[in-house]
Amino acid sequence: MVECGPAPAQRPILEMHGITKRFPGVLALDGVDFSMRRGEVHALMGENGAGKSTLIKVLTGVYPRDAGEIVFDGQAIAPRSPLEAQHLGISTIYQEVNLVPHLSVAENIFLGRQPGRAWWIDWRAIHEKAGALLAGFGLRLDVGRSLASYPVAIQQMVAIARAVDISAKLLIMDEPTSSLDEGEVARLFDIIRTLKAKGVAVLFITHFLDQAFAIADRLTVLRNGALVGTYETAKLTRLELIGHMLGKDPAAVAAMEREKASPAAGAGKPLLEAKGLGRRGAVEPLDLTVREGEVLGLAGLLGSGRTEVARLLFGVDRATSGNVRVGGVAVKLRSPRAAVRLGIGFCPEDRKSDGILPDLSVRENIVLAVQRRLARCGIVSRARQLEVAEKFIRLLGIVVSGPEQPARTLSGGNQQKVILARWLAMSPRLLILDEPTRGIDVGAKAEVERLVEELSRDGMAVVFISSELEEVVRRSHRVAVLRDRRKVAELTGGEIDEQAIMHIIAGGEADA
Amino acid sequence: MRRALLFLNDLWRRFLKSRSFWPAGALVALLAFNLLFTKGFGVIEVRDGRLYGSAIDILHRGSIVMLLSVGMTLVIATAGIDLSVGSVMAMAGTVAALLLTSTPPHSAAAAGAVALAVALAAGLWNGVLVAFLRLQPIVATLILLVAGRGIAQLLSEGQRVRFNRPDFEFLGSGSWLGLPFTVFIVAFVVAATLLVTRKTTAGLTIEAVGSNERASRLSGIRPWLVKLLVYGFCGLCAGIAGLIYTADIKQGDPLRCGEYVELDAILAVVIGGTPFSGGRANVLGSILGALIMQTLTTTILTRGVPVEYTLVVKAVVVIAVCLLQSEQFRSILVGGASLPREKTRDGDVPPTMRTRDGDIPPTGGGAS
Repeated sequence: MVECGPAPAQRPILEMHGITKRFPGVLALDGVDFSMRRGEVHALMGENGAGKSTLIKVLTGVYPRDAGEIVFDGQAIAPRSPLEAQHLGISTIYQEVNLVPHLSVAENIFLGRQPGRAWWIDWRAIHEKAGALLAGFGLRLDVGRSLASYPVAIQQMVAIARAVDISAKLLIMDEPTSSLDEGEVARLFDIIRTLKAKGVAVLFITHFLDQAFAIADRLTVLRNGALVGTYETAKLTRLELIGHMLGKDPAAVAAMEREKASPAAGAGKPLLEAKGLGRRGAVEPLDLTVREGEVLGLAGLLGSGRTEVARLLFGVDRATSGNVRVGGVAVKLRSPRAAVRLGIGFCPEDRKSDGILPDLSVRENIVLAVQRRLARCGIVSRARQLEVAEKFIRLLGIVVSGPEQPARTLSGGNQQKVILARWLAMSPRLLILDEPTRGIDVGAKAEVERLVEELSRDGMAVVFISSELEEVVRRSHRVAVLRDRRKVAELTGGEIDEQAIMHIIAGGEADA
Repeated sequence: MRRALLFLNDLWRRFLKSRSFWPAGALVALLAFNLLFTKGFGVIEVRDGRLYGSAIDILHRGSIVMLLSVGMTLVIATAGIDLSVGSVMAMAGTVAALLLTSTPPHSAAAAGAVALAVALAAGLWNGVLVAFLRLQPIVATLILLVAGRGIAQLLSEGQRVRFNRPDFEFLGSGSWLGLPFTVFIVAFVVAATLLVTRKTTAGLTIEAVGSNERASRLSGIRPWLVKLLVYGFCGLCAGIAGLIYTADIKQGDPLRCGEYVELDAILAVVIGGTPFSGGRANVLGSILGALIMQTLTTTILTRGVPVEYTLVVKAVVVIAVCLLQSEQFRSILVGGASLPREKTRDGDVPPTMRTRDGDIPPTGGGAS
């Protein structure tokens, strides 16, 4: 350790300058500056695709950065792997505990660094040390039992104890509370305060505003890969924070000129009517109606239930309550297949794991859903497939060398368009778009938005989900606002207003 | 004339790019080697209206692995695997032999049909374990690998079941139009499979499930149904192979029938260029793979190389073909040992310079 400078506590433990990270077709981080003080709890906030995870992954060596520098504890660093970052004193606790569930608690704590001689394992010493370490965090566990026999919250605390014992100077917690109940969260916060007292800096990533305000000394907000700002928690209101996250200065909203969706629509017949639709533990029962030629926006923060509602409407998850009518006929949405047969399409939020077929060609990805309809006597001709694929490649401006290019080699925006093409080829009556503009560059975003408008003008019903409030406001004829897995408001026509929506999301009533 | 040449040129270009190029090349090379250096390899004689020769022998003896590799290709394309095909062969063969020797004896058609039904059921059983109980395919089919042979032994009370039924034996040793009948069986199964996987929605559906099961489900495909049918089909292919083997040796042998043959089938698929990670099926490639392996075996036998060398030589050829399919390896071969380089950035500290507690020497500057 280099002990230079009169007051090391004044010097930030971490400084990141001008961090830039580019993925094919996407600028994931654009010259982000970020710093942390010693013994500080710092919350990193932002919507999907804001660049939170990318920033963490650059810091911990998962991704190499394209530009910028990182100074940690007075030294310029460039870790090439999480392990290397750990050796430097930067440990990460993930939402999914990344320990070995079948090994005992003690083994997990000392995995890869058993005390004693290299070839001889002193179990008794290990168990004693592990017990003592956990006791320091107020945990009394049987360290000989397997980690998996304890609840996730405890597992997380074991992971924290391990990280701190490996001399972590900076502990990163990536959405640690998503699977914890209130009591467990309180306990985790106690541990965070203990760490803070020991001088460990804690970087806390969350999308729960309450928790950020409860535990963080400072907040940093990212949006679209750029730094919005770093704020003292005490001097920030919830409304301001949401404004920063969604990219709207609340005071300036009123002054902004609004480009509205064409008001002529919304007169169509109801296409999908859901009454009391809900799923225990995921979505509180709610009513929703989507009309032909109408764009229904779902607004709310991440975790508010937006995606869960979409999954119910497409039959990915089965509803535990309520009933749905499509085109006036009562239907059961038992599976995606059932929804597809009713003329519903769904572009999922996570296109990598739920959308794209990486091994298959662009043509195959596009015709996947429609191929059955293209078949004549069970035979699908290659020419018909190419016709459809080429039509949509042209229509959506998908940049490919040809229809046989493997889908995995496309950029994010083009993959998104391929999935859109898959559904448009079906000419669905209702298209559910979950974050269709996430992680794609600005040009592609505008094209997707334009497409949504065109489709609705042609009579298609669209459910549009986006973290970008601006997009929702601009494109929707009606907006349902979700908070805490509940529909809290529905706005129509002139009521659709960013500030009003932000107020509702923040937990206030719609402005009087 | 010019047009014909252009057409051939185009065909050749497409072949060069096709996934079957390397296995086909390897097979041609093997055959060329034999034609040049193995005496009597190219000779095909006509005796009693039937063709004899090494090439015919390869087609006949390779029929079992070819049949198995067809089903295996589709299973592997769904990111699965079927270890139980050998045991399913034994079950089908034993069931057929028992029915042929029962009192009163059943017809060859009835015995074959029941045996195939048993094989199909066995395959569907694998499908249920994989699709509904969500067992890992290797574990699920390992169960039947062990249990299937056990069932076959129980059925025949551990005995071989000899029979003398020329009508049934025709399956294994009969000939038609001068060729072994097995060639026609394989040709029929391959043609039917190619038709279904290339011309109907089935091919893309199977590959979609193997490439990304979640995305397939969200596109209205039923992955469970796809898996069930694919494993069922694989069982059926194994059943046909079991009948051929049994007919050929004129006895139901619960112990030897299909022993270790699952490994040959998997190797054939691998040589044929179907990736193990799923998402792609190359049925023709697998057939080429099976032929390569059979050609090797025949070569070793006819050249008088001691039989003990067979497995080692096979292994070497398998490695060679698999390496040839790797673009990286080919670029090393051609481009003179240029391994794909990892970009090194300024400021990276070599591992040797790091110390345990993370202090790094001041030379480790930041990346520009």
